[in-house]
Amino acid sequence: MEPCEFPDIEQQLAPIFERHGRESSRLLQILLDVQEAFHFIPPEAVTCIAGHLGLPRVSVEGAAGFYSFLSLKPAGEYRILFSDNVTDQMLGNPELMQYFCNKLWLEPGKVSEDNLVSADRTSCTGMCDQGPAALVNGWPLTNLDQDRLDLIAELIRSKEPISRWPPILFEVKDNIRRADVLLGDALEPGVAIKAALERGADATLREMETSGLRGRGGAGFSTARKWSGCRASPGLAHYIVCNADEGEPGTFKDRVLLNSYADLVFEGMTIGAKVMGSAKGFLYLRGEYRYLLERLESILARRRATGLLGRDILGVTGFDFDIEVHLGAGAYICGEESALIESLEGKRGRPRNRPPFPAAHGYFHQPTVVNNVETFACAARIAAQGGKWFAAMGTRQSSGSKILSISGDCARPGIYEYPFGVSVKEILDDCGGEDVYAVQIGGPSGILISWKEFGRCISFEDLPTAGAFTIFKRGRDILQVVRNYAHFFAHESCGFCTPCRVGTQLQKKIVDKMANGNGTSSNLEELKHLGHIMRTMSHCGLGHTAANPVLDMLDKFPGAYEKKLKNLAFEPAFDLDSALETARKISGRDDPWAHLP
Amino acid sequence: MDEKKKIRVATCSLAGCFGCHMSLLDIDEKLFDLLGMIEFDRTPFTDIKHCGSCDIGIVEGGVSNAENARVLKEFRDNCKVLVAIGACAIDGNVPALRNNIDLWDCFREVYLYEGGLEGNQIPNDPELPLPFDKVYPIYEVVKVDYFLPGCPPSADTIWKFLTDLIEGREPKLSYEMLRYD
Amino acid sequence: MGASPMNKTITIDGKTVPFVDGQTIMDAAMAFGIYIPHLCHNPEFEPHGSCKLCVVSVNGRNMTSCTMPAVEDMVVANDTPELNDDRKALVQMLFVEGNHICPACEASGNCQLQAAAYYLNMLSPHFTHFYPQRKVDASHPDIFLDLNRCILCELCVRASREVDGKNVFGISGRGIDTHLVVNSASGRLGDTNFAATDKAAHVCPTGAILIKRQGYKIPIGQRTFDRKKISEVQMELIEQIKPEPDDG
Ligand SMILES: Cc1cc2nc3c(=O)[nH]c(=O)nc-3n(C[C@H](O)[C@H](O)[C@H](O)COP(=O)(O)O)c2cc1C
Ligand code: SF4
Ligand code: SF4
Ligand code: SF4
Ligand code: FES
Repeated sequence: MEPCEFPDIEQQLAPIFERHGRESSRLLQILLDVQEAFHFIPPEAVTCIAGHLGLPRVSVEGAAGFYSFLSLKPAGEYRILFSDNVTDQMLGNPELMQYFCNKLWLEPGKVSEDNLVSADRTSCTGMCDQGPAALVNGWPLTNLDQDRLDLIAELIRSKEPISRWPPILFEVKDNIRRADVLLGDALEPGVAIKAALERGADATLREMETSGLRGRGGAGFSTARKWSGCRASPGLAHYIVCNADEGEPGTFKDRVLLNSYADLVFEGMTIGAKVMGSAKGFLYLRGEYRYLLERLESILARRRATGLLGRDILGVTGFDFDIEVHLGAGAYICGEESALIESLEGKRGRPRNRPPFPAAHGYFHQPTVVNNVETFACAARIAAQGGKWFAAMGTRQSSGSKILSISGDCARPGIYEYPFGVSVKEILDDCGGEDVYAVQIGGPSGILISWKEFGRCISFEDLPTAGAFTIFKRGRDILQVVRNYAHFFAHESCGFCTPCRVGTQLQKKIVDKMANGNGTSSNLEELKHLGHIMRTMSHCGLGHTAANPVLDMLDKFPGAYEKKLKNLAFEPAFDLDSALETARKISGRDDPWAHLP
Repeated sequence: MDEKKKIRVATCSLAGCFGCHMSLLDIDEKLFDLLGMIEFDRTPFTDIKHCGSCDIGIVEGGVSNAENARVLKEFRDNCKVLVAIGACAIDGNVPALRNNIDLWDCFREVYLYEGGLEGNQIPNDPELPLPFDKVYPIYEVVKVDYFLPGCPPSADTIWKFLTDLIEGREPKLSYEMLRYD
Repeated sequence: MGASPMNKTITIDGKTVPFVDGQTIMDAAMAFGIYIPHLCHNPEFEPHGSCKLCVVSVNGRNMTSCTMPAVEDMVVANDTPELNDDRKALVQMLFVEGNHICPACEASGNCQLQAAAYYLNMLSPHFTHFYPQRKVDASHPDIFLDLNRCILCELCVRASREVDGKNVFGISGRGIDTHLVVNSASGRLGDTNFAATDKAAHVCPTGAILIKRQGYKIPIGQRTFDRKKISEVQMELIEQIKPEPDDG
């Protein structure tokens, strides 16, 4: 065996263990702390954590290997991850990363020889309205340019602790451009809970029903039905989970809600607790928003101190409810509710088999409700202002308002709240989108619409969305956009089921081939075939939607790829001549026979 | 079958072991029946160096080097129907075991091993086919119309397949005939 | 209550199939003698649902039959050309994702991946090969572990956990880098407490876990799936492990 590099690991981990205790559900939080302390998860730590939590070593290694912010190999004291969303790409992030790598003599994805720094890419960090963005050891960097990267390189060379870096580098703005009922006048903390208490649990649930509120996380399931299902399920305990994973590229409205409207969100969760008889809630916060953790904890502390959380809330004996923030670690799939629950339990974020559904068998098999951040904010407003009031806004099947995260080619990217039913055209006018060619609604898993469809409306009836609204002006290469999304899905597939694990990779390879100008008509057929397999055979929503951008492009944007297709019916799957390059180098040959057309 | 118009067939072995060709010869006395229906263009059995216009091209072996790719393209360009015969043509098979080994290491092992000839060096002779970084199945290089798996496919399987094809039927293998080993 | 426990039914490909509450579509089908292609399912263990070969169409919607509970009056389509084509594509994906060199594999003829491919009439792997770099671990005195052939069905994981009580295997990585890991700091199978007598040593549907010095006891050509289709073999197995009906 190799010599042990961390002989004192037990002692070094002691404070971390002290903080987290011995529950196996703390595994992911422990791993995050170890990552922060050691800049990776040493094998000795894996063994030690397994012993401490009484888990098999493979379970710890399994979890550590799943999340992209955890690393089983040294990743440098400073780990810079450049956001790879298509908006960051359009703002020049790939070039900036190259610039940064050149500056520090780095190879992307590899740690420097002195183990000081590494640079790599990561899926959308949710700063699309203020990109190009990156993360340094989990802290968000916004509005990057060469000057800032020069400064950052200097700070790293002089080993300046991140806590002493200039705050301007980390500035994150809300950019609220249009406010409606949710983002408008603030609600006094406690008002909504009081209203719910006065009404009682049954009547509050009826208000939810009347409001017609549907989930804001994407699927649009009736919140009242979800809540009453959970409420009716027997269990040792009921859990309320707020889904703040916000991993869909181009979505950043939950970030703003948590930054400036956290009380409203916690209030909604507390009302849910009253309705479902829950004593414990979780906020699952995506790792990219780790910078909000202290702020959120202090708001929770304030709410406890003012009787809005904890024991006997607002003096009502027996109304006990508390909320714990649980951090994610870089995995889009953990936004899927059953994967999220697995992750909350400390495990790999792989979607469960359903049925049973979380409302009956969720967190540690107990009835659990998972709702989006915005859904809870709506619930609080409904409790305070009534279901009828809410239902009066929006369209027949989509009551209330929707917060959109607008980015890409427009003059004023940021947060826009509209009543449901607003048309794409109106939105584009408001945000200053000129000469727009296409809009990706709801992120890569949503729908790509062309300029011909701008009369369509944001609503569950027409264009459902979790909030992303990404704009592409005329002249943008839609094939590059789709390629970015294909890479995203391949990177984020959890790997559990065959069609998605393999299908997303095959799709990525073919789209790359097309983008390199080697696509043929047979490749188009293959993409349709793969799309069909992923849509119909996959285990969860990620696989079901992973072909959406490609299929939308094939359907609506023939111009994006047709001119790039070879006229032949068939082209090799790989570049023949480059596949000879290694052997040419080794043999020193460059004669005509050492090349292929 | 029209006696006068024989079906013209070409065959070749790329990165294979000639096992599939041996298996073809294994149809024994049926060879005479076969030769009544077809005539050979370029094959290892004839002395024709380049593939002319053919009805059927049968390719054994995967694509391991530039020469393999050239021959394969010639077959594709000249044959109306192209058949991949045997595991090597279909998925690389045993030659593709090298795909897990760095090409440098392969060369080192072959040309620079200890105790080899004096003055060991990696040859740079243009006569030698230059290897690809990996061995590829032929369908990743050209369009393939039919696949006949097996290592090698049995003589009976080949006979069934060829007679189906020659007589204009969609080739169909029974459960017993479809084998990968 | 008094009613016979088997009075509920679903239909599969037009046949009326009885089931009891708690049974999956796969359970009901198997008990009735209908083969639904599958690789990650083995009735001796908790259902898993990862390979997706067993997907069937239920009232027009695709569902994973090994995990989906049977519900009265479901109309299930199983043996259709469309589903079998899609299943073939899944098997092809499993072939190109790993390194499957059947002629050089001891499991050839006994391998369920290969047999499913035969059953689905797979003539080539069709997709672009990945030719990944994967680990071969011969460190254990009695067992080989060749990840080139692993299809991530987690049967060994389940068997070691549920039957052997050892947790010798687990899954790490994500996406296409998902891979089997073993329970030792060195990462070597030889440093775990795995034994050739463990259940987990005998459940691998492919040639990824092989008992040493057994490989060619039965010659190629005379092995399980050389003689019979996987559908027939599976149905015979079910007959063997079916518990005696105990109506008390
Ligand atoms: C791959 C995938 C990612 C998801 N990501 C999120 C997310 O980041 N936030 C979210 O609220 N819902 C997400 N969802 C939807 C959740 O599964 C779930 O439907 C939602 O949290 C329910 O809340 P709602 O009813 O309030 O919308 C995702 C679903 C899938 C399939
Ligand atoms: S569809 Fe993709 S993300 Fe979902 S379970 Fe399958 S592999 Fe995982
Ligand atoms: S595991 Fe099965 S499919 Fe893979 S090489 Fe062995 S016999 Fe072939
Ligand atoms: S080793 Fe075998 S049993 Fe284990 S996961 Fe891989 S294929 Fe399944
Ligand atoms: S057998 Fe059902 S998913 Fe594998």
